[in-house]
Amino acid sequence: MRRGPSPFNRLSVGAGLAFLYAPIVLLVIYSFNASRLVTVWGGWSTKWYAALAQDQAMLDAVSVSLRVGLISASLATALGLLAAVSLARGGRFGGRGLFGAMVYAPLSLPDVILGLSLLLLFVALGLPRGFWTVTLSHATVTIGYATVVIRARLASVDPSLEEAARDLGCPPAQAFLKATLPVIAPAVAAAWMLAFTLSLDDLVVASFTSGPGATTLPMRLYSAVRLGVNPEINAVSTLLIGAVAVGVSLAGLAIGRRRDA
Amino acid sequence: MWKVLALPYLWLAVFFGLPFLLVAKLSLSHTALAIPPYAPQLDLSRGLSGLAAFVRALSFETYARLGSDRLYLAAYLSSLRFAALATGLLLLIGYPMAYGMSRFGAGARRLLVLAVILPFWTSFLIRIYAWIAILKPAGLLNQALALLHLPPLTLLDSDAGVLIGLVYAYLPFMVLPLYAVLERHDESLVEAALDLGCTRTSAFWRVTLPMSLPGVLAGALLCFIPMVGEFVIPDLLGGSRTLMLGKTLWTEFFANRDWPAASAVAIALLATLALPMALVQRQQARLAGETQA
Repeated sequence: MRRGPSPFNRLSVGAGLAFLYAPIVLLVIYSFNASRLVTVWGGWSTKWYAALAQDQAMLDAVSVSLRVGLISASLATALGLLAAVSLARGGRFGGRGLFGAMVYAPLSLPDVILGLSLLLLFVALGLPRGFWTVTLSHATVTIGYATVVIRARLASVDPSLEEAARDLGCPPAQAFLKATLPVIAPAVAAAWMLAFTLSLDDLVVASFTSGPGATTLPMRLYSAVRLGVNPEINAVSTLLIGAVAVGVSLAGLAIGRRRDA
Repeated sequence: MWKVLALPYLWLAVFFGLPFLLVAKLSLSHTALAIPPYAPQLDLSRGLSGLAAFVRALSFETYARLGSDRLYLAAYLSSLRFAALATGLLLLIGYPMAYGMSRFGAGARRLLVLAVILPFWTSFLIRIYAWIAILKPAGLLNQALALLHLPPLTLLDSDAGVLIGLVYAYLPFMVLPLYAVLERHDESLVEAALDLGCTRTSAFWRVTLPMSLPGVLAGALLCFIPMVGEFVIPDLLGGSRTLMLGKTLWTEFFANRDWPAASAVAIALLATLALPMALVQRQQARLAGETQA
């Protein structure tokens, strides 16, 4: 029997969550501050949001980030799906350990190493740095995350489903697409969302691999933050947090409904 | 079919494996002022003599320079110290939190896990930025302290600021693996210990804690590895005297344009993290095996 939470248990969970959320809540509140001094309250105002709409550099950065995110997340999800299938279904093929290591190593490597090594590759290949180099880099860095999410779901899918389809005369690729893919579709969607979010969030790899004309949103935010806190950054941040909150709740609802059905 | 499945590995070999060889090679190059500063070129068209010329041109000059410079050694040791201290603090905060979470009912537990994951989906940069307004000399924390008639604290641009940032950013990575172990913990084992005369406290120390050690190890490694190379947190919350390898690499590359030095720092970082990363890899493989079995 599970004992209920003691007062100490409640306190440690409550304090931990307060620690996690307090900075985010304060950031959102102060984005509606009328004062230019971020930490002095000057009454409610939405003027920083209006200023944001005029900030062309910031809007361009948002557009670059969204495009990089859409393309790199789609690439990473497709490659992650293939990697997950080969790792989960490939049996004990030779070099499996090495493949697994190659897929998962980018998950725990510091960003600075990944950024530097990718940059050296692009320089060696003579590729001009810009939009496409960031996109390729983000795809590379997020494949591992997509693989983890999809592989976890794939492990709980009965392989006999696909075998039955093959016994009935389906070619292997089609058997996978028709029997297994629909079952793991929610995990594939989750993997895409994760890769997209990570791409949208990345500062370090993008700073190394980007070039003129391809400033992503985190790069733009970082250069603004280096000049000090300013209420406009709070406003952008609040919009981003809001977008994530809406996205995650929609995804939660969609998965919940599927489970109920 | 098998050719298609090889695609991700081909991709990773080109975009992940190959770049590492380039980093290793560059770290063994002489510093040249030109960008890109690639001194030794491998000219395979000349056959074996080309290879021999390439090997002769490699030098450990950059490593010797890094090793003899106090600053690099200090940055290296200070990175390890920050990461170890923060991992210790994370265990002290994360363990009671994960343990507390595992005590709630099933519905509440699912919500709590979601609440711990959710901040991870919001931008890392923004979450660290939020702390600047709190920790500044005239920031929100010191305003609150002034209301309570307490002396102000200097936390921004200090080592304490970096530790707060590290603990804050990596708390979910500590709590989730701990929770995963504690949630599956078989309560009847604790009851057996109680029946055999253990007190609740000693049952925790002798049964629950030892059985949760795999989670402790997983959480500690998942936090320690990326924290050693962390850049954003020491850059935004630390002072100019805060030394961490991630920041050193960034400065060598962007400010000093010394690419061989940046590469050598990356290799040193990689060599340090290879063992903990191999441990993570082994544990993940074991976990994957368990879920499949």
